[in-house]
Amino acid sequence: MSNNKPEIIDESGDKYKYGFVTDIEAETIPKGLNADIIRLISRKKGEPDWLLDYRLKAFEFWQTMKEPRWAKLVYDKIDYQDLYYYSAPKQKVAPKSLDEVDPELLETYEKLGIPLKEQEVLAGVVAVDAVFDSVSVATTYRAKLAEQGIIFCSISEAVKEYPDLVKQYLGSVVPYTDNFFACLNSAVFTDGSFVYIPKGVRCPMELSTYFRINAKNTGQFERTLIVADDESYVSYLEGCTAPQRDENQLHAAIVEIVINKNAEVKYSTVQNWYPGDKDGKGGVYNFVTKRAACRGENSKVSWTQVETGSAVTWKYPSCILQGDNSVGEFYSVAITNNRQQADTGTKMIHIGKNTTSKIISKGISAGFSNQTYRGLVRVSPNAANARNYSQCDSLLIGRNCGSHTVPYIENRNKSAVIEHEATTSKISDEQLFYCQQRGIGEEEAVSLIVNGFCKEVMQHLPMEFAIEAAKLINISLEGSVG
Amino acid sequence: MSKTPLLEIENLHAKVGDKEIIKGFNLTINEGEVHAVMGPNGAGKSTLSNVICGKPGYEITSGSIRFKGKDLTKMSVEERAREGIFLCMQYPVEIPGVPTTTFLKHAVNAVRKHRNQPELDTMEFVKMVREEGKKLGIDADMIKRPVNVGFSGGEKKRLETLQMTVLKPCFSILDEADSGLDIDALKVVSEGVNALRDGQRSMLVITHYQRLLNYVVPDFVHVYADGRIVKSGDKNLALELEEKGYAEFVKEK
Repeated sequence: MSNNKPEIIDESGDKYKYGFVTDIEAETIPKGLNADIIRLISRKKGEPDWLLDYRLKAFEFWQTMKEPRWAKLVYDKIDYQDLYYYSAPKQKVAPKSLDEVDPELLETYEKLGIPLKEQEVLAGVVAVDAVFDSVSVATTYRAKLAEQGIIFCSISEAVKEYPDLVKQYLGSVVPYTDNFFACLNSAVFTDGSFVYIPKGVRCPMELSTYFRINAKNTGQFERTLIVADDESYVSYLEGCTAPQRDENQLHAAIVEIVINKNAEVKYSTVQNWYPGDKDGKGGVYNFVTKRAACRGENSKVSWTQVETGSAVTWKYPSCILQGDNSVGEFYSVAITNNRQQADTGTKMIHIGKNTTSKIISKGISAGFSNQTYRGLVRVSPNAANARNYSQCDSLLIGRNCGSHTVPYIENRNKSAVIEHEATTSKISDEQLFYCQQRGIGEEEAVSLIVNGFCKEVMQHLPMEFAIEAAKLINISLEGSVG
Repeated sequence: MSKTPLLEIENLHAKVGDKEIIKGFNLTINEGEVHAVMGPNGAGKSTLSNVICGKPGYEITSGSIRFKGKDLTKMSVEERAREGIFLCMQYPVEIPGVPTTTFLKHAVNAVRKHRNQPELDTMEFVKMVREEGKKLGIDADMIKRPVNVGFSGGEKKRLETLQMTVLKPCFSILDEADSGLDIDALKVVSEGVNALRDGQRSMLVITHYQRLLNYVVPDFVHVYADGRIVKSGDKNLALELEEKGYAEFVKEK
């Protein structure tokens, strides 16, 4: 039994299958942003004083900041006073197990393809934390992970149960002074995931978070913190969807990753926030700060992202390579169609000796969309023997889209080797004809060619995620040819 | 023995941009027949194959093309392919990142779907492709590589032949199938082509050398010049052409 129905039925309605709204009782606080709202959020979450102080400091600083406008993005001015900063599915007591979670909510997750219940029953491979609007709803497999000392819970719980860990690491990679959107997030973040992998532990399953914006006019500000201690390993997946709404929704998240000696973190994202309709109405504004600090020797981080959603994307998952011999990798596929805009890329900051970074970025633009790859490779004076390889390929579909590549290279050490390659191509008529002459339909041909173009990146995604991502690419490009 | 026409081209005129390339072309190919069209460079041989396959960029100004009695000109490129028209290309294009097996599987299943046959599962499919590939001297490694990427001229032609073998078209056009082939590769490709000759399937072999016709022996040979057929005959016409050159025939018309 479900009351879920799409609020808007238009042409793109059947294409964005996550566009439904869940009819669920939500607890929302008054619109607008001021110190009292922040106190209210903090009180609702039962937070300690140090965290409230952190939020208030961030808010104070935020008021002195200006929204950045250097990205190649055009969007309506965001009225920060016209948003709700907290919305939570109403629940009297915190759920102890999935049985206590609102069935309507569980149904929503099932629609999104994450059968939480099933996963807890069957011995699966993925542990899931699901963030609905502002709060984390259910974290599966916690008990099993805890046996190995792995902590995987919502950040709100972590604040209460592991305050020392959170206090030590929160804001240590992305300080609230970092940028306008990160600062806003630091003031108002409501939930997100927390992961701690203890020394010497290889996390036995993929950890995963699904983010979902449901409530209207609600900003979503999640905060994810991952700490991988010495000699540990974890692969973390993040998926995002939102209902189809006429108005724009704001999403400003922070992901911080700390990686110690000999540890490795793989972070994969499939971002499928509602992109707006074909004329550019509605859609999510996605302003995200993601950064990993490779603090220890031989530490490694690998970002893999498939960005197909959002009306506007502003996102540069970065690697700070502090530890000697540390490695940073960034694999990205960004697809924009219709009126979508994406300004995305990475930053590789080489500080330690013998640090290596690799950037593979694949941008596909279709329709009237616009896409920019913006990447920084910085080699500090002490970063002897730093190596970087960057490859940025753009594929254009049709004649009305745009693609731009803006690489910044700042090298202050003579021993560095930095390579940058960029290509721009179109799907050629010859390729299309070849596929069609073999009986393959035009849309299928485009998706084959595009999937081939993205392959280098897709192969870094975990298996099930890769299949989902490939499907998503096809859906995103529907109607882009002919 | 009554013959069933497969492809019927009548008084075809076609142009690219403002330039008329095909000027009153007539040809009927019955089931099971192999026809060779020979002509000098620039006669419009490739235009002919592209027009039959429906490649964009060509405009038919008059005349008709019927395939199994249906108006071919109303069909999209992929519909024609699914109906059983296969073009063995002179310059097969590269498709980076797409494994040859994946590409072939999409093609085979698109055609099977059209024929209301169940789609093949991956295991069945891979087995079939490996077996057919072996006959053409294609190893398992080659079909894992992206379509035509880094393939030698010979490998490309072998892959075209493999595709023709697994798609089982009722009508194949071989456009300069021997270009870029050494004699050993030519033999292998020809054997693959001949294996498809079963008295039902038909072929149109487009070439400007007689060489290929020693291996794929045609039932009919047509001399094509200035956008139309200027002389038709049996396989001996090809030998005559080889001896005298095209100039003789072009004058004749």
